[in-house]
Amino acid sequence: MIRELRVATIVFLQLTVVTGVVYPGLVTLVAAVAFPTQASGSLVRVDGKLVGSRLIGQSFSSPRHFWGRPSATGPAPNNGAVSSGSNQGPLNPALALAVERRIAALRAADPDNTRPVPVDLVTASGSGLDPQISVAAAEFQVPRVARERGLPEAKVRELVRAATAGRTLGVLGEPRVNVLELNLALDAER
Amino acid sequence: MTGQGLLQLALYVVVLVALVKPLGAYMAAVFRGERTFLSPLLGPVERLIYRISGVDPAHESDWTRYAFDALLVNLLGFIAVYALQRLQGVLPLNPQGLGAISPDSSFNTAVSFATNTNWQGYVGEATMSYLTQMLGLAVQNFLSAATGIAVLIALIRGFVRREAGQIGNFWVDFTRSTLHVLLPLSFILAVVLASQGVVQSFAPYQQVTLVEPVVMQEQTVTEQTLPLGPAASQVAIKQLGTNGGGFFNVNSAHPFENPTPLSNFLEMLAILLIPAALCYTFGRMVNDQRQGWALLAAMLVIFVPLLVGAFAAEQAGNPRFDALGVDQAASAMQPGGNMEGKETRFGIANSALWATATTAASNGSVNSMHDSFTPLGGLAPMWLMQLGEVVFGGVGSGLYGMLMFAVIAVFIAGLMVGRTPEYLGKKIEAYEVKMAAIVLLVPCLAVLLGTAVAVMVPAATASVANPGTHGFSEILYAFSSAGNNNGSAFAGLAANTPFYNFALGIAMWVSRYWLMIPVLAIAGSLAAKRATAITAGTLPTHTPLFVALLVTTVLLVGALTFLPALALGPIVEHLQLHGSH
Repeated sequence: MIRELRVATIVFLQLTVVTGVVYPGLVTLVAAVAFPTQASGSLVRVDGKLVGSRLIGQSFSSPRHFWGRPSATGPAPNNGAVSSGSNQGPLNPALALAVERRIAALRAADPDNTRPVPVDLVTASGSGLDPQISVAAAEFQVPRVARERGLPEAKVRELVRAATAGRTLGVLGEPRVNVLELNLALDAER
Repeated sequence: MTGQGLLQLALYVVVLVALVKPLGAYMAAVFRGERTFLSPLLGPVERLIYRISGVDPAHESDWTRYAFDALLVNLLGFIAVYALQRLQGVLPLNPQGLGAISPDSSFNTAVSFATNTNWQGYVGEATMSYLTQMLGLAVQNFLSAATGIAVLIALIRGFVRREAGQIGNFWVDFTRSTLHVLLPLSFILAVVLASQGVVQSFAPYQQVTLVEPVVMQEQTVTEQTLPLGPAASQVAIKQLGTNGGGFFNVNSAHPFENPTPLSNFLEMLAILLIPAALCYTFGRMVNDQRQGWALLAAMLVIFVPLLVGAFAAEQAGNPRFDALGVDQAASAMQPGGNMEGKETRFGIANSALWATATTAASNGSVNSMHDSFTPLGGLAPMWLMQLGEVVFGGVGSGLYGMLMFAVIAVFIAGLMVGRTPEYLGKKIEAYEVKMAAIVLLVPCLAVLLGTAVAVMVPAATASVANPGTHGFSEILYAFSSAGNNNGSAFAGLAANTPFYNFALGIAMWVSRYWLMIPVLAIAGSLAAKRATAITAGTLPTHTPLFVALLVTTVLLVGALTFLPALALGPIVEHLQLHGSH
């Protein structure tokens, strides 16, 4: 019994060192050498100042910017310190209410736009930090942003295209527009 | 459903099946003690571990000793994870200065990670120090998975050996699973994930200045916190070891845990990779590869229809949104469908695929919020767990669970024709059937009893987040998850309370060890038996007929046990959603 416990403890400690120290250490080392930017958060700098990560969504509500996915994190939306979805079920009245409010906000910012609203623009993302929107959600906002900024729509669409990623290898995932990159490109225009 | 989506599902299944043979053959070589291409690298480490700990790799033991060793090292894992959580405040590698975790939450998480469940009652980035994550949680990701594989290998030896008293050396199977199988796969996956943007860093959380300040009633937020940590190394093994406990709160929906469609595809592949390949390993080790393919076929026959069903349900969207002027139709410009709780880069197809794969396997990681799925989209993952985590299931544990169903299936077939049932040349007698029945019934008991108690306890119903029948689904899902060592959640349920921490902790504990022990008992009993001659009266167990019989057994047990409970949850909710508005 004592012998068994001793064997178990020593095997356990050794495998702890291998899988809990050597393994993460080695991965950190390789990642730091081969992929330093990605491994440290894909940070974005503007004029030397850190303004975010290209992988983490930020909250935009000015009509001059493209808006991202609604975020259910608290207390503020897109709170990177505590990722969270809404976890609201499909029949939850609070979900319908939230969607109605988001539609109203989009309509208020762009009264002429009467097209149906792309679903990803009014539903909360899974992480609360989704950095991207669908191409449809970007197109929906192009006229508003162009008007607010006094830019031709063609110019705005060009910037949208530059911030768009297609399916990986033409198959995997969904086409998507990175909102932070798009808005930074817009702000750089003037 | 979209053609693009179906193409992604099909690609996934094809790549998965293509990897079964190479990895399965490699693992068979590892567990037969043969040399592999990694032996020159890992062999010395393995021998050093035996030497320092005084393990004689040639010395084998009977099933009771094998079980005792497995339970012992799991107990040590439990103690280590509990202690790390309680003491993390005074330990190093804690740049955020996170304090000790409450005793009940620590207990729950320690049981959870020792049992390969990885139910996440905690918020990773807000509660766990880097040290706790890598030295506690990630280590258990390896060791709980290795335990499952070891027990499976012992059971396979039970089928193969004749009139033998020993079923193997637990320490050898355990060490080899960790070093030769889990470690190399994890290392490769971790590096690829880091290339995609999964963070791997010991730096403190990064503060950045928001492009547009967020103005709220009480305050204006001008900064964003970007959490970091050794995530890539942990995410790799949590996917490969069917663990599923996320580095961050929202698991693989978090862009730092799963940033791109490619990382998503590889993480999904990692969920089913080892459980599927172990079918081939099994066939190799019993010297009849058709037996392994038959079990894999049975798993796919259940998995694929539920996958397509979940995809269809999620793509159909939420009918309540149509009246509000929301465009949910799929097009070249958007995935459409029920996007609440889903990430744009994954869309509907990849969210449904992940949800089905993670619950078919007892992985439990998520890339979307299951709580916000449509009723039928949520029913698929819930039922896959309730089937006993045998459709792929946990690494090792899924296949040994499926083999218990095979024992029951040949028993039923034997009853029909009035012959003593046999499986793989071994007579299946009263003892084996009793033990297999325990394996089938314990999780059912944990799920239904746990749910029944919870709905009667005010402290438990107070945790429900959604009104109506969906709230019941949250509780049923929680116990289905814990009672089958899955770990995913309808996460609206506020489960970090003393009631759930203890109740779910007990469910996870019972369903892990009271399955493992009867399985090892069967291994011991089978090993001691003589092989029976194959005659014209023997039921072949590699044919489509047997696959059908096995699938029927799994589905019948699952349906008869859980349909009444499901009727009170997702089925009623579906009728409400599509009934009168």
